[in-house]
Amino acid sequence: MPRLIITILFIFFVFNGNAKTIVVRADKANAIKNALAYCADGDTLTIEKGLYKEQDILVSKRITILGKDYPVIDGVKKGQLIVVVRDSVTISGLQLQNTGRSSMTDMAAIRLQNVKSVSVTNNKLVNNTYGVYLQNSHYCLVYKNTIKADAKDELNSGNGIHAWKSTHLLLQSNNISGHRDGIYFEFVTDSRIINNTSTENIRYGLHFMFSHKDVYTHNSFINNGSGVAVMYSKQVEMYYNTFRHNWGDASYAILLKEIADSKIEHNLFDKNTVGIYMEGTSRIQVLYNEFVENGWAMRVQSSCDNNVFEKNNFLSNSFDVATNGTMMLNTFNNNYWDKYDGYDLDKNKVGDVPYYPVSMYSVVTERVPTAMILYRSFLTDIMNRVEKVMPSIVPDKLKDDNPLMKSLKLR
Amino acid sequence: MKTIMKYVVADLIRNKVIVVYAIILAVLSFSVLSIDENPAKGLLSLLNVTLLFVPLISILFATIYYFNSIEFIELLLAQPVRRNKVLLAEYAGLTISLSLAYLLGVGLPVMIISPNLAAITLLMSGFLLTLIFTAIALLIFVLFKDKTKGIGAAIAAAMFFTLLFDGLLLIFIYSFNEYPIDKAVLGITAFNPVDLARILMLLQLDVAVLMGYSGALFKKFLGTGTGSVYVVVCMLFWVLLPLLLSVRVFRKKDL
Repeated sequence: MPRLIITILFIFFVFNGNAKTIVVRADKANAIKNALAYCADGDTLTIEKGLYKEQDILVSKRITILGKDYPVIDGVKKGQLIVVVRDSVTISGLQLQNTGRSSMTDMAAIRLQNVKSVSVTNNKLVNNTYGVYLQNSHYCLVYKNTIKADAKDELNSGNGIHAWKSTHLLLQSNNISGHRDGIYFEFVTDSRIINNTSTENIRYGLHFMFSHKDVYTHNSFINNGSGVAVMYSKQVEMYYNTFRHNWGDASYAILLKEIADSKIEHNLFDKNTVGIYMEGTSRIQVLYNEFVENGWAMRVQSSCDNNVFEKNNFLSNSFDVATNGTMMLNTFNNNYWDKYDGYDLDKNKVGDVPYYPVSMYSVVTERVPTAMILYRSFLTDIMNRVEKVMPSIVPDKLKDDNPLMKSLKLR
Repeated sequence: MKTIMKYVVADLIRNKVIVVYAIILAVLSFSVLSIDENPAKGLLSLLNVTLLFVPLISILFATIYYFNSIEFIELLLAQPVRRNKVLLAEYAGLTISLSLAYLLGVGLPVMIISPNLAAITLLMSGFLLTLIFTAIALLIFVLFKDKTKGIGAAIAAAMFFTLLFDGLLLIFIYSFNEYPIDKAVLGITAFNPVDLARILMLLQLDVAVLMGYSGALFKKFLGTGTGSVYVVVCMLFWVLLPLLLSVRVFRKKDL
């Protein structure tokens, strides 16, 4: 009984306005670290505008850190900046820059270590190896941060938002550019990635490994070295994302490898070398997407099975679909293909003859890449026509039996 | 030279064939572009028209025209004018009319319906092809004395550049597939103006897919502006070389 009273008293003590606000100015060395020593749980630490050259600031109390007019915390290329090891910390309004670089530890501007309910909002992260690093953390929020760097190569750089072995994260409205991977997920489940923009990263805009039951919607992935890679995951949902201008010989808007039971819907794939590349994927629904002006709209390797491609628009792609074998265990149905030249006699807006999305020349160039130089010449047109009349090298099982006559209004 | 050019142009317009050529191109472009809601597709059809018919019509019409105006040329040469001036004036007059017909016939509809960079590239390649094939026709004219032989040569040349060359190139690519032939293939295409025009267009429409090939040369060459510049320079050579050659031959030709 006395113990219970003490507990109640304790709760009363904590929540009864005993929280104080501590203001930090950039007048002394280690100002933030010193101030943190005076903080108790529930306090607010307000950091005034100024330049703070501090590293490895350990936040071990349940506090709120607020920056006023974006005070700059500069790591002068040594060490990490803020390490959070306590639950329910909020970090907001700071400019964090110049972490160190090390091959032993991943140097991050903000590292969340084994915590819950931490939020990182409205910060500017400039020129760091890793931006926000979530390590075994749960129910955390990363919101409206601008994360910028100018990574030169993959070896000496880190990821914008790096999450490892975490659950229930919400990454929203962040702007990430110039890192190795814009957003990196490894063993992260039940999380949401919403409305982020990831551009000009040297490897992937989003990199996903062993991360199940995640949703990403309304994100833009533009001009990244190799687009977006989703690997070894289940039940991933991707809606309303934009994938634009991911160019290169190993560049895919989305690379799917060993993915199962996922949904890809209402996305826009615009001007990518390859729209969707699939390898060993099963039971994925690809619906209501728009593929515009891609090199290949899709590359579906024959190791994929039971995927459904329905109600998509394929417009002005050089090649619609390419594959590497003759076996095809996936369903294409009810898509609009702008290259379809069949007819619709019963006027039900569905073509009466099937469409074969793999063109002869895409098979030829698969075998002899140099032959690409003759693409769209009169000779290759003739070859394509002949192939249509007498199919011999095009995989005949890959076809859309009910191609639409009119494109769908998707956006 | 200007006066002769003026006469040639006036003669060609009175001839009406050029006007009909322009009208046919215009009707074709309008219909092709408005049939499909996707103008890029229409542009592709127009590319095929440009690559196939512009060389054929330019070279045939030009050859016939040169041979038919042989009396006019002889008459002019009786006057105190220089031979190469007469020849170049004939060429210029013909080229101006043909390319005007092309630019109006295809350019007007294209610019109205889908004005973009790809469209401009298409017009540019059609224009250059007209210049090139009238120049080749001129060369044929100065090389052959007999009109029938000349027209035969023109047909052969057009067929060679539009069809045969690509066939041979494809055979070459297939047989030497195992070797690094990227550079060689790019070099070989320079010998065919039709291919050059097509590549100029590919660089506009299909860069994404061209970037998908691992050949570093392709990527470097085609990914940047260098590719387009190289192609245009090669095509300009294709205008200049036949012209210079024909002027040289014509200077010593026994008329």
